[in-house]
Amino acid sequence: MRVEVEDLVLRYGDVTALDRLSFTLEGEKIHGLLGRNGSGKTSLLSVLAAFRRQSAGTVRIGGRPVFENGAVTRDVSLIRDAGETVDLGTAEDALYFAEWLRPRWDAGYARSLMDLFGLRPKMSVKAMSKGQRSAMGVVVGLAGRAPLTMFDESYLGMDAPSRRAFYDALLADYLAHPRTIIMSTHLIQEFGPLFEDVLIIDQGRLVAHEDSETLLSRGTEVIGPAAHVEAFTTGLTVLDQRRLGPTSSAMVYGELDEAQRAKAAAAGLELGPVGMQELFIHLTGGSR
Amino acid sequence: MFDDRSPIYRQIAERIKADILSETLKGDEQVMSTTQYAAFYRINPATAAKAFQHLVDEGVLYKKRGIGMFVSPDARDALRTERRRSFFTDVVDPMVAEARTIGIPLDDVIRRIEELKA
Repeated sequence: MRVEVEDLVLRYGDVTALDRLSFTLEGEKIHGLLGRNGSGKTSLLSVLAAFRRQSAGTVRIGGRPVFENGAVTRDVSLIRDAGETVDLGTAEDALYFAEWLRPRWDAGYARSLMDLFGLRPKMSVKAMSKGQRSAMGVVVGLAGRAPLTMFDESYLGMDAPSRRAFYDALLADYLAHPRTIIMSTHLIQEFGPLFEDVLIIDQGRLVAHEDSETLLSRGTEVIGPAAHVEAFTTGLTVLDQRRLGPTSSAMVYGELDEAQRAKAAAAGLELGPVGMQELFIHLTGGSR
Repeated sequence: MFDDRSPIYRQIAERIKADILSETLKGDEQVMSTTQYAAFYRINPATAAKAFQHLVDEGVLYKKRGIGMFVSPDARDALRTERRRSFFTDVVDPMVAEARTIGIPLDDVIRRIEELKA
């Protein structure tokens, strides 16, 4: 399901959480939503899921407005960081409720996911640990097969093996049943390879929106004798610079063409890739 | 599974080329699907598809519509020719440079090569 957002503004009183966001997400892809704490990720996902009404701007999902539109919200699922929030009753009750809500619900798949995460049907949701609650949310999110499925830090409280199980289950189910998935995360190194497309927001504004490979190709680390690094990077966008004795390393943002690469090689400079996490850190203001 | 030094899709492409050179993959043999690669390497299928597209563009693989990807019959010969062309600059020159840096006389290197030849 295609997601179209135009000039989206969300205010809480006099706080602007989303500041004229505009972007389009193509359908049937896994999109990563990256941003620092308080950048507006949860606000954005809440508007896309029609949990909140925007202050201004338009949101269209599959070409239709989403707020108070039951025909659309049935196809949109948001799993929040607290996991399964319907904490009345047992896991079984939560599944029953999800099945009633989701036209594409796969009960057999839900049962196998419950086994995968070691959840039992008779468990009281209220008595679950943080990790179990997250896992419960993941079960509901995956088995619902909603054409637009969003996970907002849904693995919170899960340990590394459970996160790995979630990662593999998500990828396998996406391969078998392609749909639009948006996933917000702080665990960029862990979840980055899952994303076809990456959206970075900061202070409610869009910082970058590109397919992952393009984003990664924009970052280059330049290492070599300090004077040569300096000469080479003059006029380029330098995100970070470090010095070790006579050697300097600069993180450059913006794709380098063949001529520039040749120039770097001639100057004895080493060019290397920059990871998504590094790019993210520096595109969102370093350790501000 | 991947070192961070080069894009994943390039590493996948290199792996497939290595399999063709070693004849683990033979001419006209079908390669695993994008989906299988994505699940195995734990990556987005678009990334795996990009690796295949590169190999199709280079003539290493060819597509059969609706069936999948296959190794071009002349892929191994072409890859060998290409590697031969860059062998001296990619392999021999750095070796000589390394020998010089650490103080191994080139005559010793040549002697070693003569030994291996025998």
